[in-house]
Amino acid sequence: MNDMTPDGYTTEDGRKIGAVVMEMRHITLRFGGVVAIQDISFDIREGEIRAIIGPNGAGKSSMLNVISGFYHPQEGEVWYKGARRPTMKPYEVAQQGIARTFQNIALFEGMTVLDNVMTGRIRQMSAGLFSQAIWKGRAEREEVENREVVEKIIDFLEIQHIRKTPVGRLPYGLKKRVELARALAAEPSILLLDEPMAGMNVEEKEDMSRFILDVNDEFGTTIALIEHDMGVVMDLSDRVVVMDYGKKIGDGTPDEVRQNQAVIDAYLGVAHD
Amino acid sequence: MPEQFIWGMEVFLNGLMAGVLYALVALGFVLIFKASGIFNFAQGVLALFAALTLVGIMEGQVPFSHLINAVFGTEVHHFGWTVPALGALLLTMVVMVALAWAVNQFIFRHLVGQEPIILFMATIGLAYFLEGFGDMMWGSDIKKLDVGLPQGINGMIDEVTYNIFGYGFFIDNLDLWATLVAALLVIALVIFAQYSKHGRAMRAVADDHQAALSVGISLKFIWVMVWSLAGFVALVAGIMWGTKSGVQFSLSLIALKALPVLMLGGFTSIPGAIVGGLIIGVGEKLFEFTIGAPYLGGATEIWFAYVLALVFLVFRPQGLFGEKIIERV
Repeated sequence: MNDMTPDGYTTEDGRKIGAVVMEMRHITLRFGGVVAIQDISFDIREGEIRAIIGPNGAGKSSMLNVISGFYHPQEGEVWYKGARRPTMKPYEVAQQGIARTFQNIALFEGMTVLDNVMTGRIRQMSAGLFSQAIWKGRAEREEVENREVVEKIIDFLEIQHIRKTPVGRLPYGLKKRVELARALAAEPSILLLDEPMAGMNVEEKEDMSRFILDVNDEFGTTIALIEHDMGVVMDLSDRVVVMDYGKKIGDGTPDEVRQNQAVIDAYLGVAHD
Repeated sequence: MPEQFIWGMEVFLNGLMAGVLYALVALGFVLIFKASGIFNFAQGVLALFAALTLVGIMEGQVPFSHLINAVFGTEVHHFGWTVPALGALLLTMVVMVALAWAVNQFIFRHLVGQEPIILFMATIGLAYFLEGFGDMMWGSDIKKLDVGLPQGINGMIDEVTYNIFGYGFFIDNLDLWATLVAALLVIALVIFAQYSKHGRAMRAVADDHQAALSVGISLKFIWVMVWSLAGFVALVAGIMWGTKSGVQFSLSLIALKALPVLMLGGFTSIPGAIVGGLIIGVGEKLFEFTIGAPYLGGATEIWFAYVLALVFLVFRPQGLFGEKIIERV
């Protein structure tokens, strides 16, 4: 990484990365006696694609769940947009502008693709219960405006042909894309992707990589993603955190991380004396 | 035109009207089931409780008066004022929202993620609790409810049918009003559920809790909202049934008639609840008229709905409008 300053840096392909938007400070998370995350600190900067990688069981998903408020760490602080974030429920975190997808996909199976993506707009719709109940004026206008945004995202992710299909009927790869669309619809400050490529074939992985890059490029969305497939991540991301057994063993650009001995050992295995 | 046919038509129309009242109760079931996956056995009692509260407030009854008198040795029964229907309606709705909050706070919040059968058992408990609570709060005597809805034979229909068929149909004004109210209620609920933020959030919560949280939906808010809505529908049903046959504790039994309605219409469909109610209403009246009374000794209305529901369970378990059961293997 060349000129890293508090205000940001410039990537190898010439994209401007902004200031720190989220910072994890000395996070420790335990489940009973099991330490899932041990004293990990890192930051996420505006506009970058930040990856968290590591072998299975390294604590990546736990870290994502800490960021999105599903888990609460015993120690450490989460700083978001320059302020320390108090302990929050997941829906409050979402309302702050942090959207996520799930490793095992959590969509509303009985609802159509369009409705699923519309749920992502909840934060942008402020009409009260009463004005919705009588369905006039502001609520109606809001519905129409938000519908336009959603249709744009649906076009962007090339899922127009399944707009009215109930999600339960879709194949796996498309479900992943719908989930991305829903998260994107929230116009998040940070988009968290939990293994976006898990269980996909090569072609689907390429598609998903393209969409992630396009999203970052087109909307300037800050993306933090988790993967255990090294290859894909190295091509996608600007900076990478490497975790192993709940500890951080590397942090830097893909090239720096690739040359890091601890990372090589974790991935290729190392003979213990 | 043969007399039998004309009478049949009258029976058919009255069946439709009766069906609307069944549908009103079934609607409350569908709402809760859609939004929380809970089969709410207490819906009938909820209607009773709403009607009791409405009458109590209108007549200025002192709540828990028996209890107060027994403990303090006083003799209070009435505040000495009466509240106009509209004001009483609003106050009752406030009580129903408070009840919704309490139900969520003290029961269902603690049962998140439990098996449906456990949630179902909890609603049975709630039903018995509410029945006793309603009794303690407002007393157990049969009360007359009159919120100003017109009652009695509709003169216009009587006259028009008399001119056409030479026989005037007996259609109750109250039934006509119930039909109108039910139609408006269903249209409003469908629009709310399908096209509004909170309606969509409601469906989202029913579908997947985790996903709902991740897009910023507060489960607690949605649950209280849904139970309040169910309370509102119960209030409407309570008013209609209460006006028709007095507010009494047998009102809670009408909930049982809603079960076959739901099996016909599907547990997840708001229009299904209406169509199911109409089919049951018309079906049992026509069956009684054509086969039951002449050949089977009458009183078939008691069981006809359940037999029809059984037949449906065999051939179409998801009901007429229920969501198709899709399972990917």
